[in-house]
Amino acid sequence: MKRKLEMDVNGKRIVLEVEASAMLVDVLRDQLGLTGTKVGCREGECGACTVLVDGMAVNSCLVPALKVRGRRVETIEGLASEGQLHPLQEAFVERGAVQCGYCTPGMIMAAKALLDKNPHPNREETKSGLSGNLCRCTGYSKIIEAVEQVAGFGEVE
Amino acid sequence: MWEDYLFPTTVEQALAILRDHRGEARIIAGGTDLILELENGERATNCLVDITRIPGLDGIELQDGYITLGANVTHAQVADSTLIQERATALAEGCQQVGGPQIRNIATVVGNVVSSQPAADATLPLLALDAEAEIADEEGTKWHALGTLFEGPGSSRVDSTAQMVTRLRFLPLSARQGSAYERFARRRALALPILAGAVVVETDATGKVFEGVRISLGPVAPVPFRARRTEKALRGSSTDGASIATKVHTVLKEAKPRTSILRASMEYRRELLPVLLRRGITRALQRARG
Repeated sequence: MKRKLEMDVNGKRIVLEVEASAMLVDVLRDQLGLTGTKVGCREGECGACTVLVDGMAVNSCLVPALKVRGRRVETIEGLASEGQLHPLQEAFVERGAVQCGYCTPGMIMAAKALLDKNPHPNREETKSGLSGNLCRCTGYSKIIEAVEQVAGFGEVE
Repeated sequence: MWEDYLFPTTVEQALAILRDHRGEARIIAGGTDLILELENGERATNCLVDITRIPGLDGIELQDGYITLGANVTHAQVADSTLIQERATALAEGCQQVGGPQIRNIATVVGNVVSSQPAADATLPLLALDAEAEIADEEGTKWHALGTLFEGPGSSRVDSTAQMVTRLRFLPLSARQGSAYERFARRRALALPILAGAVVVETDATGKVFEGVRISLGPVAPVPFRARRTEKALRGSSTDGASIATKVHTVLKEAKPRTSILRASMEYRRELLPVLLRRGITRALQRARG
């Protein structure tokens, strides 16, 4: 059955019809064309699908789309503004924290949620904040460095 | 899969929807377990009844001597709660270790109980805290001891097509009481436990004798397990480390872990059990004294 879904996506009010059984990740990707959010495991075990709902990082593969009715959804596409990359995006690029790039949107959204709540996390807090996101390429070091750079700990080149 | 997705605004409304659908509708809160079960065919439903917009179910409160948690309280909220960290530390520790941050932000403590897994990280501390659950259905609301709600792995006495849990409650810990949650797993996040357990202790005024001991463990049985023989062995005994190290071996007489292809062998778990208990009791004791 189709139902109406109203939500705020990256600062814009969106109204659309979705199947009652549609998951948020599929609505974002297939109906709104926001393919920055990736599908990894579809089990909430990899974090590739991470988006923010009312500022909280969630696995959009496990969230029925209708569940976010009236809520504020942020995806990776919402981070850059007026042609300027978000500091997290800049840092990931500078630090070499992107290899294949598949984990990157989810990783950055999780990092954003972490820093929005705790602007200066220690290393344990950073690792814990990213512990819901898997990366098969980088071994995580550069990712952690990038986040710590934005948090003001690293050296800015 | 499901044909409809509804948002009741009161508990009564939620129950009325369930009644009208006669078993074809089901409660969803966070949904992190339920969605997977529906997707892989373990469960089926025609209609999801989302209770997360019902006001008044998201409180963590100290009221009339009890700490109560509403049905929509998430693991993240419990882990961050100063009240829980101070008065029910094992529960804050358990909730902090569920899944990963994304899961904790949306999955609920009540959902953890209703999912009825033997080693559930919020359930085990709640069991050691002698928590109760308030179940609402067409007949009214009634409090039930948590331990009575588990029928088997993944099988709850709560019928989510006809009932909902509205709150949990337990007595906060006070002077001379302390608690801890221990967990062994292959990774520090997104990993099911090899073995986990919660310990709640109370000492006498000298701090040298255990007056009260409550221990929950999993997975060592089809349901979350209270190690009552071990509790009895420790009660009245010395809080001295050497004594604890001996007494914890009682657990091997009552807890029966099995070999899991995914997690660990029975032999390894049997080796771990006394270690887990010793660590949990030691930390709980430090908190009882602190």
